[in-house]
Order: sequence, then C-alpha cells, then structure tokens
Amino acid sequence: MTIDRATALDLYRVMRTIRRFEQRSATLFGENKIWGTIHSYAGEEAIAAGVCAHLRDDDWITSTHRGHGHCIAKRADLGRMFAELLGRETGYCRGRGGSMHIADTSKGNLGANGIVGGGIPIATGAGLTARQLGTDQVAVSFFGDGGANQGTFHESLNLAAIWKLPVVYVCENNQYAESLPASRAFATDDIASRAIGYGMPGVNVDGRDVRLVYAVAGEAIARARAGGGPTLIVAESYRHEGHYYGDPQQYRTKEEIETWRATFDPIVNARAWLTSDGLATDEEIDAVDRAVDEETEAAIAWAETGPIASPITPEEIYASY
Amino acid sequence: MPATETAPSRAPGAMIEQFYAEALRDALRSEMQRDPRVLVMGEDIAEHGGAFQVTAGLLAEFGPDRIRQTPISEIGIVGAGVGAALTGLRPVVELMYIDFSGLAIDQIVNQAAQNRFMFGGQARVPLVVRTQGGSGRGNAAQHSKSLEAWFTHVAGLKVVMPATPADAKGLLTAAIRDDDPVMFIEHKLLYRTKGPVPQGEHVVPLGAADVKRKGSDLTIVTWSREVLFALDAAAKLAAEGVDAEIIDLRSLVPLDREAILASVRKTRRLLVVHEAIKRGGYGGEIAALVAEEAFDDLDAPPRRLAGVETPIPYAAHLERGVIPQVEDIVRVAKELVG
Repeated sequence: MTIDRATALDLYRVMRTIRRFEQRSATLFGENKIWGTIHSYAGEEAIAAGVCAHLRDDDWITSTHRGHGHCIAKRADLGRMFAELLGRETGYCRGRGGSMHIADTSKGNLGANGIVGGGIPIATGAGLTARQLGTDQVAVSFFGDGGANQGTFHESLNLAAIWKLPVVYVCENNQYAESLPASRAFATDDIASRAIGYGMPGVNVDGRDVRLVYAVAGEAIARARAGGGPTLIVAESYRHEGHYYGDPQQYRTKEEIETWRATFDPIVNARAWLTSDGLATDEEIDAVDRAVDEETEAAIAWAETGPIASPITPEEIYASY
Repeated sequence: MPATETAPSRAPGAMIEQFYAEALRDALRSEMQRDPRVLVMGEDIAEHGGAFQVTAGLLAEFGPDRIRQTPISEIGIVGAGVGAALTGLRPVVELMYIDFSGLAIDQIVNQAAQNRFMFGGQARVPLVVRTQGGSGRGNAAQHSKSLEAWFTHVAGLKVVMPATPADAKGLLTAAIRDDDPVMFIEHKLLYRTKGPVPQGEHVVPLGAADVKRKGSDLTIVTWSREVLFALDAAAKLAAEGVDAEIIDLRSLVPLDREAILASVRKTRRLLVVHEAIKRGGYGGEIAALVAEEAFDDLDAPPRRLAGVETPIPYAAHLERGVIPQVEDIVRVAKELVG
C-alpha cells in the first residue's frame, strides 16, 4: 500500500502529538495537577495512528485504560482531553471520568475503559448496530495482550465471526499485562493464530512501523466495511513507560527498557522513513514537531483556565428518573 | 351479539385474560413493530421460543436478525447489547437465569450502568436485560436465586420486577422505551399465571408503585411473586378482621418513596415481604426509609419477612421452607397488629 505525502505527514503528526501529550501529562502529573492515575501510550503510537487513519468520524472505537493515543488518533480535541485530566468542567467527561474514561461520542470514540477487555464486546455491539441498520460503518476494538486473555475476547471474537460483523480487533502486545510479561501469559508467540479458531483472518504486524500497521489495518477495515467480517490484528509493541506513572517496574530491568526504547521507537522509525523515502525533509519534520508542541501547550493553557467540575446532578446518572 | 363472536376482543383498551409470558411477548412484539431499532438477543430464544416461551413465535414474525439467537456467551451478548445501545439500537438481551448474571456482571455494572455518568452525559444506554429469578421449581441453588438487591446497589441501573401480566406488559414497554439500562427481573413461577391485560398500547411508568389492595391496619410492601402470596394472605387476614394494604413496588429503582410513606402514615405499621434472603435484601432499604422518614408515624417497629439465608435447596419441602409462604405472612401480620 503506497502512502502519499499528506497521509504520511498526518500519520507522523498524530504519532508525535500522542508522544507529546504523554510527555506533558507526565509533567502535569508530577506537578500534582492530575489526580488519580494515568497510563502512558508512549512507544505504541504507530498502532493507534495507523489504524485510525482509515476510520471516519462515524466509525467507532473502543479503547483501554491506556487510551490517550486512541483518543488523539480518533481526532479528539487536545484541550478537552487535558481539561478532563485536570478535572475541569470543560473536559470530555466534565471531570467525571478522568483519564480512564475519556470518550468522544461525536467522533465515535466509545470510551477508554478501566476494565481490561471491557471494550471488546462493546465494539462488537457497535458492529452489530452497523449490521442491523445496514450501514457501512466499522468498529475497532483496541486492547492489550492483557485483554486478549480475558473471556470477553473469546466471546466477542466468536460472536463477530458467526455474525460476520464489521469489527476489527486490534491487540496491542506491548509485552506486559501490568507486570506480567507476555512470555508468561501466552504459550505461543503467535497470538494472531487464535483467529484460526474463530474462523477469521489473523495477522501479526510490527507495531513499530506505522507503514505496516497502516497497510494491515487498511485491508482489515476495508474488508469489514465491505461486509467481509472481522479480523484480528496483533501489533507487536513495547511500552516505553511503566504500567502507570510512578510504577517502580520491578518486573523488568533498566537495561531492557533502555535497549527497547533505543531500538523500538515508532516515531524515530517514522522520521527515518519520511526522510529516506523523500516524503519530507528533516526541516519539514522539525516544523511539524514545533507545531505539535505549540498546539499542546495551547491546549494545556486552555484546559487550565477551565472551570473546575460542577457538582453532580441526578440527571447525569439517569436520563430520566 | 352473534354466538360466533365469543373470542375476546384484542381491540385497544379491551381487557383479556392472558398469561404473564404472553403479556411479555405482546410487549416485545408491539415495541419491535413500533421501532425497528428494537432487537432481541439471547440464548434459545429463536426456534425454541426462550426457556420460558416468552419469545415463542417471534422468530417467524421478525426473522433471525431481530430475534437474534446467541451462543452461550453471557458477557459477550450483554456487552454487545451495551455497544449496540450506545450506538443507536434498543436491544433487549435475555439472560436465561439471573443466576447467570455473574458471568455478565462487568458489562452490566461497570459499563452499561456507568457509561452515561462516566462520559459526562455524552452517552445513553437504552438496554433492557430481561431475566428471571426465584425458586419453586426444584432448580436448586444455581438457578433459583433472587438477586435484585445486587442491582439496586448500582448507581445508573433501573430495576423492575413485575408481579402481574398487566404490569409485565406495561413495564416491559416502558423499559424498552427508557433511555437508561434496566434490569427487568421476571419470576419463573409467574410465567403461567393469568390476569387481565389491557390490549393495545399499555405503558406502566417506571418508578410508580401500585396499591394492589387497599387496607387500613398495616402496609405490606412487596414485589414479584410475593405480591400474589401477600394478596392471598390479605384475604385470610380479612377473615380474621385484619385489613392489610398491599403495595406492589413494581420498580425497585426508581423507588416510589411517596407511595410507601403515604401508606405507612395511614396504617402506622410496615411489613416488607420478599423472596430474596433477608441479609442485605432490599427490604432493609424499605424499612430504613420508613424508619428515617416516618418513624413518628409508626405504632410498631417495621418488620421484614424474607428468605432464609441459605442457597436454595433442591428437595421440594426444603425449597418451600426457605421463602415466605402465605401462612408466614398471615402470622407475622397478626403479630404486627396484635
């Protein structure tokens, strides 16, 4: 699949925006401006960017507790995302949800999810809606290697397969389910081979290379949109940060982290691709970086001026009571 | 009237005697006819017509896409219902036994119930989970529980438990039209009970209790199958000069607090009766409400008559012994007014 210059630069920009968002979230967290906990998507940017590039605003995604990247790739407003992390009324969830529950239903984002594997059947149900209403919408469920071992994975993939639902299941194998390495959670290196048992295509992809993710996801989403049913994509990746900010990471060594960060960085990889293929010069990419950084700072500044979350009212809990 | 016209009228407004299961089916049918976004999903609901025959015949009428039979995958189908509800359908998911709700509990409690709030009001989840509970059929511990209290404890869920065929139809219609997730809990021994049901559109608003019998000496608050027991008990009590008022909650959430308090202020005595075990049961909530809001109106402490704190046993005599029977209600009511 050839990628034109505009698409390539957009993929890069989305990835770079996610990385910057995570960096700045970490500093805001360190300044005690963010309450609770946040989970960094750094290192996995190519997956959200490469998949969501094929989605329309009326396509759906379900995300995970590590959801900032999916949200940004589905074209969320950075200011409203930061405002949510800062507990502001102007946040996506009016300060009710926080990092683990950011949703943007206007863009088909059915929410991050604090329950590992919790979004998988929900995306399946969104696919069912498309099927019932006869539309060509597609649902994508992002989940991790941890989510792939929940029962929801099995039940959902089976339902989607027997009903040929337009759902693409994207397993982001970032090598750790919280502290458990994938090598101790799977007796196979080939998670995508599980798809055989459901009667759907399964494909492994290097989640470091946005070109490959873009190609694989494009094929799966096109098939789903055309009525060809679901696909399981397993993107190999590496989580650059701990499970959460502040994670002491006793389950892996500093050497391992440094080695992987040096060799497995989708943004470094994308920059090399853009320049070597003549899609953009270093100067042009630097300009994107600067624009992203400026946009991020403007978003934070806007978020910080927002009013704090308003008191809870009963009609938020029930539509009618 | 010619002798041939003896069949009951199905005209709107007419009342005919129907089984509880038929009344539920009529509600499903008319809502599916009215709104193409209504979809029914569950195990054995198609050719088999559902474990309790509620969906019998609907497959032929609506086809396999809308009477969507599923594999045995409780969290998968409830979760798919959540996703479908979030994206524009109005799914009715059947969980064959409420005892199986544990398999689906995350999607009910963490997803359906909370999405609206967690997302800052961006979402609505018009999902109905139809299920049934209760003992009395020898199905033993894993198919007989009364678990409504679990669901009343979750902010964001509505909990509905019809006792009569008319209420079954009216409440299910309201539940399907409601924009919030509803746990719609039937009782396995009510499906073959009969009663008058209004034909045509019949909507019973969620959150409205029903005075099933007016009385002056004590208030019996109850729901589901125990409503029938309480009515039998009230007839026996009347013969002994005790005039019981029976309030059928119909909806546990929202709770019709005013109906309870108004009745108790009149009768000055409260007995709550439910099949679920007493410890942590919803009867405690009713008793506490009355104690907090109407303590000075009471002539006696509130009483609860509820299931024994045990898994439901198999043998018929044991099973009967662990839930309140008519004679138990009579006995406790007399103690309360004595």
